[in-house]
Amino acid sequence: MESRKEDARRMVSVTINGEMRQGLAEPRTLLAYFIRETLGLTGTHVGCDTTSCGACTVLFDGEPVKSCTVLAVQADQHQIDTVEGLETDNVLHPLQQAFWDNHGLQCGFCTPGMLMTSVALLQKNPHPTESEIRHGISGNLCRCTGYVNIVKAITDASHKMQKEPAEV
Amino acid sequence: MFPSAFEYYAPKTLDEVYGLLAQYGDEAKILAGGQSLLPMMKLRLAAPSVLIDIGSLGHLSSATETAEGLSMGALMRHKTIETSHWPHYPLLRETAPWIADPLVRNRGTIGGSLAHADPAADWGAALLALGASVQIESRDRIRHMALEEFFVDLYTTALEPQEVLTRIVIPVPATAATFARYLKLERKVGDFAVVGVAITVSLAIDGTVAQAGIGMAAMSGVPFAAHQTESLLVGRQLTPALIKEVSESASQEGDPESDRRGSAEYKRSMARVFVERGLSQILQQWESTQSA
Repeated sequence: MESRKEDARRMVSVTINGEMRQGLAEPRTLLAYFIRETLGLTGTHVGCDTTSCGACTVLFDGEPVKSCTVLAVQADQHQIDTVEGLETDNVLHPLQQAFWDNHGLQCGFCTPGMLMTSVALLQKNPHPTESEIRHGISGNLCRCTGYVNIVKAITDASHKMQKEPAEV
Repeated sequence: MFPSAFEYYAPKTLDEVYGLLAQYGDEAKILAGGQSLLPMMKLRLAAPSVLIDIGSLGHLSSATETAEGLSMGALMRHKTIETSHWPHYPLLRETAPWIADPLVRNRGTIGGSLAHADPAADWGAALLALGASVQIESRDRIRHMALEEFFVDLYTTALEPQEVLTRIVIPVPATAATFARYLKLERKVGDFAVVGVAITVSLAIDGTVAQAGIGMAAMSGVPFAAHQTESLLVGRQLTPALIKEVSESASQEGDPESDRRGSAEYKRSMARVFVERGLSQILQQWESTQSA
């Protein structure tokens, strides 16, 4: 029993933002902490740590999930995308730009999660209605904006991405 | 927050799962989507010393529809069910969007939800209304059990330590004219139901009720089917007067507890409103198919 903690660490390999990375994780290490502390990608935020707020949202094999409620070992050999992967060659992703342009953030804490959820939303549904957007982001909490500008930003991005389809 | 330490296994076959269950028995917990179990482990409400992650058992994540019914793998995610189209089973698609939030639905599974046996869970109510049964497998046997017998008590099922819930089987409805509603009162998106009411009604050509299922979330210590109310509906013409009568009956079935989500009286009252509202919508929908 005493040695379990040390022995239990195992190698976890993920393709994160297109790059193969690996690190040691205890089975009880949550994916959010593995991403932040082991892989050093601190763009993914931990908000409530109780599966409520969605600040820790990442794409797991393309689907947005709350990374505080997934074990790092469950992500072994899977594909993860975080907010760091959105920008290409110093150009913001259209959603990032739209959040900026529309004041879709104030304190910014929820933004990484909002962006990852929105990226997946627009991939599945490139022209969502306001209601579809609101339902789509209903697992992400924002305590500053009142959501109005977030919805505006996602709508704006959907229009711009229609004109210039961006790679995600 | 992080759970107590545990040993983690990710078996690739059911045989390996049985081996681990034989070795660890009730020290082990099975991990499916983890959207109930992991939060409980983080809060240290659960502290299994062994976690058996069955996420790699691919054959449990798809469904097969036959003339007899729909068989769903226990690892089907809520999102998959939400976006699947099974015209004979409209209640599935009605219910799925109400579960937790979109992010949780991308990860959580139907089997995990049932095995967790939360009395306020949406699938419990819906699948009871649908008369579903579960397939339970262990090294020695495969058994089938009505979902109603599967739910034993609060967070307690009939699963034995050596067993795995593998499939959920829904019998084909009595007629093709099957209508359904899921009505849920929640304080905020993603919350458990204050009250949830799942209704499925199959109508004969003359409009009489051939089959009715009413399941309720948070109206008892276990997910609960309102059988008395169902039997009041069967064989009768769906009319506003009948709907009034059965909604009164439904509110008297079950045994809700007063808690921070609402008083028992409030829950009964909302159950009545939801049964009335759901059946009225179904009646309207049926009438519109008749005039079309």
